[in-house]
Amino acid sequence: MRGYAGKFLEIDLTNEKTKEITFNENTLRSFIGGRGLAAKILWDRLSKRWETIDPFGEENLLLVLTGPLTGFFPGGRVCVSGKSPQSNGVIGSTVAGEFGIDLKCAGYDGLIITGKAQQPSYISIIEKNVAIKDASHVWRKEGKETLKILTKEEREEIHRKFPRHGELKEPSVLYIGPAGENKTRVAAVMAKWSHAAGYGGYGGVMGAKNLKAIVVKGMGPLPDVADIEKVKELIAKVCKKCFKAELWRRWGTGGGGYSFGFRTSSEPVKNWQEEWHDQKSYAVDKFEQRLWLKQYWGDFGCPTTCLKIAMPKTGEFKGAITDNPDYEMQAYLGTNLGIFTPEHNVYLSTVVDDLGLCGIQVGNVLGFAAELYQRGFLTKEELGGVDLKWGNVKAFAELAKKIAMRDGIGNILAEGSYRAAITLSKLKNTNLLPYVVHEKGVAIGAHGIRSAKDFTSNISYACSVQAGDHTSIAALPADKRGEMPTIIEDSGVYCSFNTFDVDEDLTWDFFEAVTGWRITNEEWYQNSALRILQIQRALLLLGGPDHKWTTDKDDENPPRFYDPLPSGPYAGRTTNRRTFEESKREYYRDVGWSENGIPKPETLRRLGLQDVEEKLRAENILI
Amino acid sequence: MASKKRIWIARDYLKCSGCRRCEIACSLFHENKIWPEASRIRVFMLVPGAEVPHLCVQCDDYPCVKSCPTEALSVNSATGAVQVDVEKCTACGACITACPGKIPHLHPNNKHVLICDLCSGKPECVKVCKEGKWNALSIIKRRGWNESLKAYCRNPEEITRELVINLYGEKGEELI
Repeated sequence: MRGYAGKFLEIDLTNEKTKEITFNENTLRSFIGGRGLAAKILWDRLSKRWETIDPFGEENLLLVLTGPLTGFFPGGRVCVSGKSPQSNGVIGSTVAGEFGIDLKCAGYDGLIITGKAQQPSYISIIEKNVAIKDASHVWRKEGKETLKILTKEEREEIHRKFPRHGELKEPSVLYIGPAGENKTRVAAVMAKWSHAAGYGGYGGVMGAKNLKAIVVKGMGPLPDVADIEKVKELIAKVCKKCFKAELWRRWGTGGGGYSFGFRTSSEPVKNWQEEWHDQKSYAVDKFEQRLWLKQYWGDFGCPTTCLKIAMPKTGEFKGAITDNPDYEMQAYLGTNLGIFTPEHNVYLSTVVDDLGLCGIQVGNVLGFAAELYQRGFLTKEELGGVDLKWGNVKAFAELAKKIAMRDGIGNILAEGSYRAAITLSKLKNTNLLPYVVHEKGVAIGAHGIRSAKDFTSNISYACSVQAGDHTSIAALPADKRGEMPTIIEDSGVYCSFNTFDVDEDLTWDFFEAVTGWRITNEEWYQNSALRILQIQRALLLLGGPDHKWTTDKDDENPPRFYDPLPSGPYAGRTTNRRTFEESKREYYRDVGWSENGIPKPETLRRLGLQDVEEKLRAENILI
Repeated sequence: MASKKRIWIARDYLKCSGCRRCEIACSLFHENKIWPEASRIRVFMLVPGAEVPHLCVQCDDYPCVKSCPTEALSVNSATGAVQVDVEKCTACGACITACPGKIPHLHPNNKHVLICDLCSGKPECVKVCKEGKWNALSIIKRRGWNESLKAYCRNPEEITRELVINLYGEKGEELI
């Protein structure tokens, strides 16, 4: 098979055993890689007992998968998945970097990690040498320190293994911080310093497996492709399109901290109490002129290099380094907490990166806690002495640490805002759920729907199989926008930020040049993508063990999204319930679900998913 | 031996975006594959942000060429680049030891050493770097100052140690 290394590596942490496995061509053509293949693997291996499987239990799998286009399509990523401790379903969570490239160069398309290590461990893959090593020296260490130590040690190991080769490049590393070790539901799988596979909560899954890091070094080439000349031509074509987007390259998403507030009124401000602000102190020029050390920073093969590196050089927060911060961090670790000072935002992003927290998930729960403080539901004493006033960056940093360490109130908040709200509602004997902005346990990305001026719409989150994930939103028409086009990128495993001007023909040309398969729109939208979507939907609805979602109650926007926007040019606008219901039904129809949002038996049968039908019937989801 | 039209690939590390398109371009040109470790230019990222595109500097005294026991290395009279005769090269590693910057490295196939050949005067890596306007790599004419150019011949770790200070100030010392 072209584009694939041809082998996947299964690593059993419990028994410290590894084996190579393969998938046949039909399976790979149907599920591609990354997110699609993750859904397939999880269904095949875990669906029988899905609702009983604890995401933090030994039974869960941690999947780290590339796709055939990883390394070829400009902008390399790798997809992390498993049963999500946030949605209890499956989220394909991708992170940029060279990890996927190194893995393919070492001869593997992906890792299937099972069981649980006896003590803190990390996996080292240097070409075909796979070892499970002791990680006690890096356990409890923060991100930058972990990466520094492992990069140095494993590079020395590489040089020992290849003593005659001269200087060899560093390996690629995926790791967790304390937030992952402590099995919080808001922990990310990290790469470099600030790169995160955040949605899904797989940092905690890694921590539950006692797995601190995965280090990989490949010496070989990327796999052979069907037509290398065509691949060269297509790389040039995609890059040329990307180069045209001058401001996008210059600012990345960093222009958003101001414009998604001021222009589109869709930025979370103070836990979504508002979505508009006019804080010019937060405009991109301030980040650019005061903080960005690198204007263009990116990962393997990327023409856009939308990331930045930011660091205050003077003052209280001198030496805090993070990338960008990108729009999501500007919003969730900025405006959502009443922070409008770029230096404060960089500092908080750095704290969150180092702890291995997902900035979106933790920014959401920090905002939730601050609103409870504002409304008097949480006291300073209950917060362990933290004065959680809007804009108090040090207080937010302190609470973030408590969350990562599960210290005091942090232990409750570490469960993410939805689960924390349930616990706190019981403790306070008050319904605190109206203050949570989540979708099926996943904090919603920083793109609101009320103004209807952003790229999101009323059903974006409510109908997504990845719930609150703003990078995988449901949309109408389902076969042109929304999740099914996104599944291509998440399964081919490359960066969606390099696809803005890339149409379907070019996408399928790229797949064909790499794999030799001419995928048609019909094959994708009527079959493959729809099949992946049904499996993800089924596993999301099976859920458990702590929460199960029901479509009538949970295919719903958070209560706040029905409050009128209180300020800005779109003040008064909100989500119309009737229109929402109509859009939802239309979406259900488009993707082959019943009026109640359950995959229809005929849809499942047509896609060859009889086993999904049986399982949904057995669990009384399909009646 | 040097032609007056000799070029040098100037490297401005602080402008490197870490996109590694130079590695892709180089390995596609020379190997017809995307092959980061077989690229004659490799981007080392020992500390994030301090990416180091690492490639031959064409020292005037060519210690690598002098060290070669099999006469596999020679200097191209037009470009000044070091040429590797892969038939003669025994992958002994003498040139790696001789290079002050440990820049040559063995091809992952173990058969011969890899050294930048300047793509006969039109380096592919510079093209892709210019194309994206990063300008971390650019072609300059090589006139005089050759002893200073040789000073660039250092290993990735040495270069990184200095770059991190430039980028991150005192904080940089903690990062490597």
